[in-house]
Amino acid sequence: MHKVNLKLEHITKIEGDASMDVTVEDGKTTDVKFAIIEYKRFFTTAMKGKSIAAIPAHLSRICGTCSNAHVMAAIAACENALGIEVTSQTKLLRKLTMHGLVSRDHALHLYLFVMPDLYNKDAFLEFDDNDPEQHQLLHDGFQIKAAGNHLSQLVAGRSVHATFPVIGGFLQFPSAEGAAEVVKEMQAARPAVLRLIEVFRKAPQHLDRKTKYMAIVPDDTFGYIGGKIITDHGEVYEQKDFRSHLEHVALPYSQASAYKYKGESYMVGALARINIAKDKLHPKTKESAAEALKLFPSTDIFHNNLAQAIEILHSIDESIDILSNNVFKPEPIVKAPMRAGVGMGVIEAPRGTLYHKVVLDDKGIVQDGEVIVPTGQNQVNIERDVGFLVDNLIEKMPKEEINKEIEKLIRAYDPCMSCGAHFLKVNWNAKKSGAKPASKAAGKVAGGTCEVCN
Amino acid sequence: MTEVMNDHWQEWKELFDFRHARVMKSNNVMDSFDIAFIEGAMAGPEQVEKLKDIRSRSKKLVAVGSCAIVGMPAGQRNAFTQEQKDSIDYLVTRFGALPEVKKVSDVVKVDAEIPGCPMDPKVFLEKVNGLVAELRG
Repeated sequence: MHKVNLKLEHITKIEGDASMDVTVEDGKTTDVKFAIIEYKRFFTTAMKGKSIAAIPAHLSRICGTCSNAHVMAAIAACENALGIEVTSQTKLLRKLTMHGLVSRDHALHLYLFVMPDLYNKDAFLEFDDNDPEQHQLLHDGFQIKAAGNHLSQLVAGRSVHATFPVIGGFLQFPSAEGAAEVVKEMQAARPAVLRLIEVFRKAPQHLDRKTKYMAIVPDDTFGYIGGKIITDHGEVYEQKDFRSHLEHVALPYSQASAYKYKGESYMVGALARINIAKDKLHPKTKESAAEALKLFPSTDIFHNNLAQAIEILHSIDESIDILSNNVFKPEPIVKAPMRAGVGMGVIEAPRGTLYHKVVLDDKGIVQDGEVIVPTGQNQVNIERDVGFLVDNLIEKMPKEEINKEIEKLIRAYDPCMSCGAHFLKVNWNAKKSGAKPASKAAGKVAGGTCEVCN
Repeated sequence: MTEVMNDHWQEWKELFDFRHARVMKSNNVMDSFDIAFIEGAMAGPEQVEKLKDIRSRSKKLVAVGSCAIVGMPAGQRNAFTQEQKDSIDYLVTRFGALPEVKKVSDVVKVDAEIPGCPMDPKVFLEKVNGLVAELRG
């Protein structure tokens, strides 16, 4: 039997640390292990005993780059536990917080992580300043990132670990002058986003494998907060049901929890959102990205990057609208008496559906908590896609080349290991662990069955 | 740091030769560094060894952010109650993590610190510019 092993340690140009181990026997992939190798920091265990007021800032530290998504999900969970209904102005400011995050975070991923693959460069900063196209892209990338960053600073205080949003509202409010400046900056960045959409509409990489998609879809416009969890097959789940529709899968070689839906892998993120809710995009986005939107719904995972580019445009178009048509006035934070209960906060983070849960006692002290992140949900789907890719390539190119293609595929998902590694709900069954561990760390696994939520 | 880059990428493109930064590039070289920036705390034995190795290759070593400088919140398990420690113990063992998380200065000499979570971009620029001036003598 001819056996080939492909091993990628420390995959580059992603958020955090991950490795990939693929076994091919007689020209067919027999085993794929995508392992998140960041050490766990036990954020959910550390929630216990903290006051509810500390929870958004605490869970924000799970991850730098998508910290503001964790802030929004944690606030939603805490408000749900206390029965707080926020004002319409707060809802608008939260939309803007997400738009600032999405435009900054997607631009970082598309320009700094993915684009070097398209231009055969090792790094975005190696783009040639004397080549007109590459020169333009360099400027575009940092311009869009800066615009998203400034929107976050205006609305949320800062783009990493936001300080203005709290349980019940906001501590500070955008000034009219600040709003006008950001509108100008967003308008100036819009042509750069249109160029970005074209780059990814024409990008040559494709991998089409049928899978399932899932996203939170708000009732009003295309967005990230509020609404129901919807699949591309039209199944609908309420936020209060939390993760009852998801099946936890233990991967003993990875520091993160993985999930399946109806026994199969599924995908969350920009591709899922655009596939399911593209009709709700801003009218100007629909008009300007009409050609690109014809490609959706799509089962080509590399279209996740095109979907991200389209989402940046939507964020810019909706932010310009909200900032131009509203005057933000100081208003008090909505408060409610402490009570014992359970709260769920489910939102769309840039990389997909993010679930936070808090369990409170009657004094507002956290008794328990749970966090499910997008990268954990995508983990099984990533493994399926890698197996499919390797089956297609194994006869066609040398191992080193296939390794590069695997890295590109993983990058298309924009996985975030910082988020992925730290809330493992272990449900480990010794009977299923017959496979050889993928990493040294996994080699230390002891036998037995256990279920502990950290 | 990638946000600081929005305003400084042109200058940095000329000034710095980024030798090893997995988040930015694939062809990383671990030879010798003028300045090494360390983020995060040390949770596993191989991270401690790697940090010592980086120190031996670097003229200056800078600890960036709370986790690197004070070890928190990445090392919050150090401060857990016995009950919390018992609940995670099997996971710490399973993945071969250190019994206690270490901050950078527990392991190597630190030449400069950029505190905060997130770190303050102004302090970052001040310290980096100071080190560049010092290295250029």
